[in-house]
Amino acid sequence: MNKPIIEIKNIGKKYNITHQKGGYVALRDVLAGILKNPFKFAKNKAKQIVNTKTKEEFWALRGIDVEIHKGDIVGIIGHNGAGKSTLLKILTGITPPTEGEIIMRGRVASLLEVGTGFHPELTGRENIFLNGAILGMTKKEIVKKFDEIVAFSGVEQFLDTPVKYYSSGMYVRLAFSVAAHMEPDILLVDEVLAVGDAEFQKKCLGKMEEVTKSEGRTILFVSHNMSAIQQLCSKTILIEKGKVKMFGETREVITMYLEALSKNMIIPLTNRKDRTGSGHITFEEIKIKGIAGSNTYGIGDDIYVHFKIKNSYPHDATVKLALNIRTTSTEELISCDSSLNGESYVLPASSTKNVVCKIYSPPLNIGNYYLNIGILHDDQFEDRIQSVAEFSISTGTFDNRVGTNSFPVLAKFNWEIE
Amino acid sequence: MMASLQLMNGLGKIIKMSNITIIKPKKVFSMEDLREVWRYKELLYFFTWRDFKVRYKQTAIGILWAIFQPFMTMVVFSVFFGGLLKVSSDGVPYPIFVYTGLLFWQFFSSALSETSGVLIANQSIITKVYFPRLILPLSSVATKFVDFAIASIILGGMMFYYGITPHIASIIVIPVLLAVTFMAAVGGGLFLAAVNVKYRDVRFILPFFIQLLLFVTPVIYPASIAGKYSWLLAFNPMMGVIQNARAVLLGTALVNWLLIGISFVACLVLLIVGTIYFKKVERYFADII
Repeated sequence: MNKPIIEIKNIGKKYNITHQKGGYVALRDVLAGILKNPFKFAKNKAKQIVNTKTKEEFWALRGIDVEIHKGDIVGIIGHNGAGKSTLLKILTGITPPTEGEIIMRGRVASLLEVGTGFHPELTGRENIFLNGAILGMTKKEIVKKFDEIVAFSGVEQFLDTPVKYYSSGMYVRLAFSVAAHMEPDILLVDEVLAVGDAEFQKKCLGKMEEVTKSEGRTILFVSHNMSAIQQLCSKTILIEKGKVKMFGETREVITMYLEALSKNMIIPLTNRKDRTGSGHITFEEIKIKGIAGSNTYGIGDDIYVHFKIKNSYPHDATVKLALNIRTTSTEELISCDSSLNGESYVLPASSTKNVVCKIYSPPLNIGNYYLNIGILHDDQFEDRIQSVAEFSISTGTFDNRVGTNSFPVLAKFNWEIE
Repeated sequence: MMASLQLMNGLGKIIKMSNITIIKPKKVFSMEDLREVWRYKELLYFFTWRDFKVRYKQTAIGILWAIFQPFMTMVVFSVFFGGLLKVSSDGVPYPIFVYTGLLFWQFFSSALSETSGVLIANQSIITKVYFPRLILPLSSVATKFVDFAIASIILGGMMFYYGITPHIASIIVIPVLLAVTFMAAVGGGLFLAAVNVKYRDVRFILPFFIQLLLFVTPVIYPASIAGKYSWLLAFNPMMGVIQNARAVLLGTALVNWLLIGISFVACLVLLIVGTIYFKKVERYFADII
């Protein structure tokens, strides 16, 4: 009796392109069409009935065959428009498949958006009940979990305030708390963690992980966040153009996916307008080369950031170079500023040079990081750009520990009783 | 373990066997749809509760609006139609005559217009969560029924004021009339709601249509005004409802069981047609809304 908890058999979903772009049709247009040319309309209708070839078809998904076993947390990754969300919508029952069959053995709940059905006029308390009911919880369950939900969200004080007065952070926290307390056997999650502050995201991930491990829940998790996928999922499905390109161990699938992405890791900077400085010496290009050419690194990997820097002065220029690493919450963690070690470099007159900044084993934990860069010449900024590139630390261990806590910086340590 | 074999249709076919869900691309209406609605009855309650709650949020007089609207309409109609135009009111005071009509009429018309727009109003939920879509129109009608119940208090007060005792048959007739009104509103509403998803023309046609319908329904005048052509009015199900409500509550006439029967059957047909059409196009709601 060890049947897979989810069996997806040959699922396909077809859209007619006309539906896609038109949005809704006005009855007027249809009627006008009939009046103008009744014969053509009749002919088209007849054609539609006889065969549907006249319509332009688009298969968002085709021939999806996947089996998922109880307790697995499976990530679904792929480019935008690859069909990830369509698959999830079919699994939740929001939209029917055109062909194929899905068998799910257990109570299913879905989380395609945090705060589905939240009403701005209702209070936090009222929205917990409404949202819970929409997500498929019974009133009894909600009452039972109410205190837990409130505690997890941390909005106790504002429970009787309409949510329209909430900050967006509070809103998301409350919404996620409700969702986090559902108790289905199968949970389908779409990119919901893209919202909210980094710390709360980690808390949510932690909660999801804790729940799965202790209760044997099965989760399907669609995300663009490779570090979240890496952290949570044992297996991952890569969807490309409506088909399963690969289904296997997360690390292998992510590597394959990132390889395809790696071409995009050279970022031209000449068109960045949000830069400050006198502009005679400028960053032209930045390139990051992580695992398989992507912008992803393992914990403790050396990070090399390559630049093209252009000196427009007709003379050699002595510069100091700076690169700071910051977290998603704009806090700068690491500064590789050559004024710190007192080094300066000479850029030849009217030239463009390749420059590399080597950061040796930064003690960064799993997460997403951004780079701020700057060039100083005679203590004046020549060029300075914030958030110039993003990279992520997504895998690996540090000092034999798995870095899954919420602190961005790691250290080697041990405790001794003396 | 597989005690209940439940079939749900509509959004493709979702079959539930205790805890097993099967999703298939099929679409036939069955009794299981109703069973599914029953399983989601709590959500029905929550939607009704939400609509009711939200409507009177941030208003100064709150729930009194449910009474204010029919009451003011009654006053204006009484002054112009009852007082100045001297419209016949089958022997009872005009205010209570018109209020009885308005009560049922407004339940029907507001439920119909609310229902027809309910899918659009909730599209963000429809595209994000699965639940039987039938819940939404049903909750709209339920919300309007609460308004109806509140506004009925005024009718009670007026009956007391004019010293009118309802006929004992009210206990049976009124629920039947409510059922007819309910079927008419849900049936028509489901049809319009489903059409509205694809053709937004509905929201322009409907207010106008409802306004016209008011004049061909004996709300402000008695059905007897049409003389020998009054049978024509019988095609309008709300006529049977309003006329019989007056008959049984105000004693304007004897209860016309034939008329009730016709209205009942007509509304039942409307309900069935509306539901089938709704279920037929329901699958595409999330795709085209």
